[in-house]
Amino acid sequence: MNIVVCIKQVPDSAQIRVHPVTNTIMRQGVPTIINPYDLFSLEAALQLRDQVGGKVIVLTMGPPMAEDALRKAMGIGADKAVLLTDRFFAGSDTLATSYALSMAISKIAETEGPIDMVFCGKQTIDGDTAQVGPGIACRLGLNQLTYISSIEALDPAKREITAQRRAEGGVQVLKTKLPVMVTMLEGSNVVRRGSMPNVLRAAREPITILNAAKAGIEDLTRCGLKGSPTVVKKVFAPKPRADKAKLVETANRSSTDIANDAVEAIFAAAPKLHTDLLGRVAQA
Amino acid sequence: MSEQAAPAAAAGGNRAGMKKELPEHFNAYKHVWVFIEMERGQVHPVSWELLGEGRKLADKLGVELAGALLAGPGDATGAAVKDCFEYGADLVYLMEDPILTDYRNQTYAASLTDLVNTHKPEILLLGATNLGRDLAGTVATTLATGLTADCTELAIDHEGSLAATRPTFGGTLLCTIHTLNFRPQMATVRPRVMAMPERQEGREGRIVRHSLALEESSIITKILDFIADANIEKAQLAYADIVVAGGMGLGRPENFKLVQDLAAVLGAEYGCSRPVVQKGWMPADRQIGQTGKTIRPRLYIAAGISGAIQHRVGVEGSDIILAINTDPNATIFEFAHMGIVGDALQILPALTEAFRRRLAVNRLAG
Ligand SMILES: Cc1cc2nc3c(=O)[nH]c(=O)nc-3n(C[C@H](O)[C@H](O)[C@H](O)COP(=O)(O)OP(=O)(O)OC[C@H]3O[C@@H](n4cnc5c(N)ncnc54)[C@H](O)[C@@H]3O)c2cc1C
Ligand SMILES: Nc1ncnc2c1ncn2[C@@H]1O[C@H](COP(=O)(O)O)[C@@H](O)[C@H]1O
Repeated sequence: MNIVVCIKQVPDSAQIRVHPVTNTIMRQGVPTIINPYDLFSLEAALQLRDQVGGKVIVLTMGPPMAEDALRKAMGIGADKAVLLTDRFFAGSDTLATSYALSMAISKIAETEGPIDMVFCGKQTIDGDTAQVGPGIACRLGLNQLTYISSIEALDPAKREITAQRRAEGGVQVLKTKLPVMVTMLEGSNVVRRGSMPNVLRAAREPITILNAAKAGIEDLTRCGLKGSPTVVKKVFAPKPRADKAKLVETANRSSTDIANDAVEAIFAAAPKLHTDLLGRVAQA
Repeated sequence: MSEQAAPAAAAGGNRAGMKKELPEHFNAYKHVWVFIEMERGQVHPVSWELLGEGRKLADKLGVELAGALLAGPGDATGAAVKDCFEYGADLVYLMEDPILTDYRNQTYAASLTDLVNTHKPEILLLGATNLGRDLAGTVATTLATGLTADCTELAIDHEGSLAATRPTFGGTLLCTIHTLNFRPQMATVRPRVMAMPERQEGREGRIVRHSLALEESSIITKILDFIADANIEKAQLAYADIVVAGGMGLGRPENFKLVQDLAAVLGAEYGCSRPVVQKGWMPADRQIGQTGKTIRPRLYIAAGISGAIQHRVGVEGSDIILAINTDPNATIFEFAHMGIVGDALQILPALTEAFRRRLAVNRLAG
């Protein structure tokens, strides 16, 4: 089994700050992490590999420093790593991203043999679109299993996979054929910690680096900003509300009095809510 | 939309002045469509929310609003079509086929793509649900057009182009995205981000039937089973009239009882901030915010929640927000409507009592 896991290096957005005066993003010193959702997919891929054999190849498109994320993933247990990097990729939207990644996956197949499964994260925390995975599946003609809470069975001989997919109001049990693109739900597994031998190997292991040409991309107009149908026209910070919260008087007052005032204030602002609540209570 | 595109524009906005040159063959693309998400006979309410929003876009452009409904043959379809009209659609494109009874990427993507290629909408909106996101990615890639995911605001700019605004950088900033040279312009919107439109009883429209001969034998993915959720509670938080939530300020998992007590008196749903879920104090389906549920209740009471932007974007649609926080400078007071600077552990039980009394007194009087 050849499994490719697409991972993205993202800024740890918990630590991004907006400059209070200039309104620009202060990104200096913000550490990067592997997109947290990708880790559940990496773990699922590793479990399948451990079960049926084969190799797990992690793939990322990003700046040269994204190598970090790949080495971390190898430390966790991935066998090989491929970095897709080229200035022509800068400014890619989801369509251009899925194009470049699918070209790279085809390239990987040339040396590693046919790819049976591609794992993507459910979504990224910076782009947060959840569209790159389905885009890759569409371009490579892979069957698609998104929002998977558990992989019930994989039969490499029959090339069949059965999985549970989160739907509205329940879970679909789906059976489909390899090759397939899978995204895992958060919490669907417990991501293993890197082992010492893996971490040591990860530090030394060579990483395959592909630029656009090496990935077999001839038409550069399909990459980066040029290849992106969407255009960002404006980036801005959310407006603060003009009027701040009206505070209930609390100095030297009991909780009961404060609470009574709050209830009055709420019902004064929303008389209809009051009547509806009374109606509901009367019915109960 | 992309993560990489945003910083590029933030840095220089080099494409911001880009001229709109729509290739000629796209001129035929007209009208606003909403994909109507129906599963097992139930239309997801996000479809009505999108019809409400789509109506405004269509009126601004002076075009028609259509619903695109894919379904297995059955009684529910008639009701869904009627609902589409009453929530604002002028027409419904209807594809009814046993093969469409359950959602599958292959069948739905092929059907919707064919519908789009045949009838050529200018704008196509889908709910940012699991189903909508699964489908939208395939359709947008097949059509090679732009897709802006998880929008929080939709508008038509002075050039008649769709201006789709969404959070970026983990919700710290917003950006406005256009699809200038491709059609349709696609966008997804999460449930509850847009307001539910008023239903116009008796409003009517046209049905345009469409079919695509797909054979079950050519569909690779099979549905073996559907396991319905045991507790149907899940969906209710997003649609609750009143929500009471607690954050890390409550200090200990036992204290969430105070949140639940207040919720019980009000017939409300309860929820929490993300770190509360991460601590394992509440299940993930109770999380409110950017990576949890978006809520639009008539009353939202937030206790011991600081009001981080990722929380704020999930609650901003609430009619009234009452925040309880010990810190007078907590960010939440910047967007809450009412505030109590105080200890939630004291205020919550007092509020529970006050509401109980207030509602009971009136019952006796009435
Ligand atoms: C990518 C990303 C996505 C995220 N998504 C979400 C999301 O969907 N939802 C979400 O909520 N967060 C989300 N977050 C986390 C968010 O940034 C904040 O960390 C989180 O909302 C803070 O939770 P909190 O307010 O409960 O805790 P804290 O920030 O620790 O705040 C606790 C508050 O309680 C107050 N307090 C303390 N004691 C008391 C008391 N006795 N009575 C009253 N008040 C008291 C304090 O003054 C403080 O304001 C996300 C973060 C990232 C990076
Ligand atoms: N630049 C990238 N390199 C590798 N994988 C990516 C990249 N961007 C997105 N992906 C994959 O696609 C998933 C969904 O991303 P998104 O559509 O941005 O939410 C991610 O979780 C990754 O698995």
